[in-house]
Amino acid sequence: MRTLNIRNISIVLLGFTLFLAATGCKKKVAPPPPPPPPKEEAPPPPPPPAPSIAQFVAEPSTIQRGQSSTLRWSVSNATEITIDQGVGSVQAAGSRQVTPQNTTTYTLTAKGPGGSASRTATVTVTVPPPPPPPPPPPAKISFSERLAREVQDAYFDFDKSDIREDARVTLTRNADALKAILRDFPNDTVLIEGHCDERGSAEYNLGLGDRRAASAKDFLVQLGVPAERLRTISYGKERPQCTESNEECWQKNRRVHFSPAQ
Amino acid sequence: MKASRTILFSLMGLAVLAVAQQSDIFIQITRQERATIALPDFRGSGQAQDVMGAFNSTLFSELESSGLFRIVPKTMYPLQVPQQPDDFREPLPPPTPPARGAQPQPIRRGPWLTDWSQPPVSATYLAFGYAAAVEGRLVVRAWLFNVTQPNVANAQIFGKMYFGSLDEEGARQTARDFAADILQQFGFKSIIGSKIYFESERGGVRELWSMDPDGSNQKQLTFHKSLVMGAAISPDGSTLAYGLFAGNGWVIRLQSLLTGGRLPFFNAPGTLNWAPDFTPDGKQIVFASNTAREGNQEIYIAGIDGRGMQRLTFGGRTNTEPKVNPRTGNEIVFVSDRGGTPQIYRMNINGADVQRLTDGEGHAVNPAWHPNGQHIAFAWTKGFAPGNFNIFVMDVASREITQLTHGAGKNENPTWAPDGRHLAFSSTREGGVQIYTMLADGTQVRRLTSQGRNLRPVWK
Repeated sequence: MRTLNIRNISIVLLGFTLFLAATGCKKKVAPPPPPPPPKEEAPPPPPPPAPSIAQFVAEPSTIQRGQSSTLRWSVSNATEITIDQGVGSVQAAGSRQVTPQNTTTYTLTAKGPGGSASRTATVTVTVPPPPPPPPPPPAKISFSERLAREVQDAYFDFDKSDIREDARVTLTRNADALKAILRDFPNDTVLIEGHCDERGSAEYNLGLGDRRAASAKDFLVQLGVPAERLRTISYGKERPQCTESNEECWQKNRRVHFSPAQ
Repeated sequence: MKASRTILFSLMGLAVLAVAQQSDIFIQITRQERATIALPDFRGSGQAQDVMGAFNSTLFSELESSGLFRIVPKTMYPLQVPQQPDDFREPLPPPTPPARGAQPQPIRRGPWLTDWSQPPVSATYLAFGYAAAVEGRLVVRAWLFNVTQPNVANAQIFGKMYFGSLDEEGARQTARDFAADILQQFGFKSIIGSKIYFESERGGVRELWSMDPDGSNQKQLTFHKSLVMGAAISPDGSTLAYGLFAGNGWVIRLQSLLTGGRLPFFNAPGTLNWAPDFTPDGKQIVFASNTAREGNQEIYIAGIDGRGMQRLTFGGRTNTEPKVNPRTGNEIVFVSDRGGTPQIYRMNINGADVQRLTDGEGHAVNPAWHPNGQHIAFAWTKGFAPGNFNIFVMDVASREITQLTHGAGKNENPTWAPDGRHLAFSSTREGGVQIYTMLADGTQVRRLTSQGRNLRPVWK
């Protein structure tokens, strides 16, 4: 612009000088012939307009690594338009998809007779969080873990060894689980432990625990669990889960439990 | 008014009847009235005197706890106490003629039998003697006299020397030996020298232990680091049989009490072989087993090594705790659920003639024969909530029943002492389960154990 102004000023000064020269010589004797009128020259052409960058944006301006952004620009009065970062020469208006790996500032440079202009646009690249690792290969779950996870205790009434309704549901579920587990572990055997609450005598409870374990086994065998893969044992009341003297605790102890046989 | 009085009298009559029943059974068991005995303190010469306190208190408690005697309080004793038979001086006959108006009085020359047989002592028996330290050992000379006899020669029942170490333990030992000899004179087997075998849980495992009848001298007998349950001792005291939890099930183990070594026993296939008991000839073992069918315990009899099993029970699903009559050897009491709940039954040694002994109420378990083969003690919940057992005694022939404990904790696993006058049992009356003894009338309850949980005593 500054060049432009200086040029304008010099043109004005030149005109003024010519005017002064023309008026100031009137009173002189024998004035020399007037110079020929200055040649009617065409007014100097207006200086060419400078290039103008109407728009240079990245949309979106923030991407995750691996995504792309679109650069849009619109430039006028330019003859040569380039965008750095490997984009190269472009038309006056257009768009270009870019896929920078890191945050990148693109500079658009427009050159023309009227000068040059430039503008920048930045694409911010965020690094996505690391993806979850692939699921581990299916781990080898041990026989006892499978029993503990998939096979539930079944509970009994006081001094009873018959399978009550809730135990029927539990044992039916257990039968399916046991069949699957025993299929996966063809060399293992399941121990059905019979347990009792503290109220019966220890001696009688050894028999009651045996009855409970045998009842559960019979039930499972009827549902297709192979009998030869099930063994029973009675702990009587010698290994209680719970040691308080109330019905809640007693109920926890009147059960059959499933564990790996030795 | 009249009606209520009738009811009152009826109730009083029932109470009197109940008391009469109890004392009848006790007298039946004890067979005789208590004898009156005087027990003057023994004195010791020299160093022996230092341990006589232990001697005198042990002698007193052994005789008192036998339940056989009424011990005359020491405050009633005469001042002159004999230390040996030679100390007795027969009074001289009264002088003739007697002083006017006075009864003829014998002339005293020293201690005499009548000092003890007449009021205020009024004893029948006198146990006396002394002790000395001889060459670093304790020597006790002791006599038992029947002071109602007319002279020293007739009065002496026995006189004996006892030897022990010159310390309190030696003093207690000699006192126990003397007490045992006294009890033997009355036809009773002494509990002195007997052992109580029991299960003890100390540190997460349950093993078999033994102890003296006063709870002293506790010794561990098994080292399985597992569970044991239901011990029996052979009649000659040489063999211990018990159930052991062995991973795949319960098995019967036999162990020599002489060597501690394992003796052979064949366990039938099955997950439950246990509750052994010996026949009185020591040649056979009865036990419970589910070998015929899982979930079904039956009673079997077999040779001492477990061979030659014969099944005795056919009924119910649980038949357990067989106990052979120790006197006749021809019948077994056992627990069966064939009537619904566990009750006590009897059968012949061959399984015939099964009869229920308890009336079907509650749970009746843990039968234990009295040495006389006529009574059993057992645990019963009759009259109490499920699990709250008390000790009862039954005359098997008449089915007459006496209750010995009355709801203080759970009282289970009674076992008779060899003297037939004491019982040991386990009880939770003071919190954790421990072993107690009592007289057969339910009195003189003493706790023997305190460390860990201690249960299922067997007295032999």
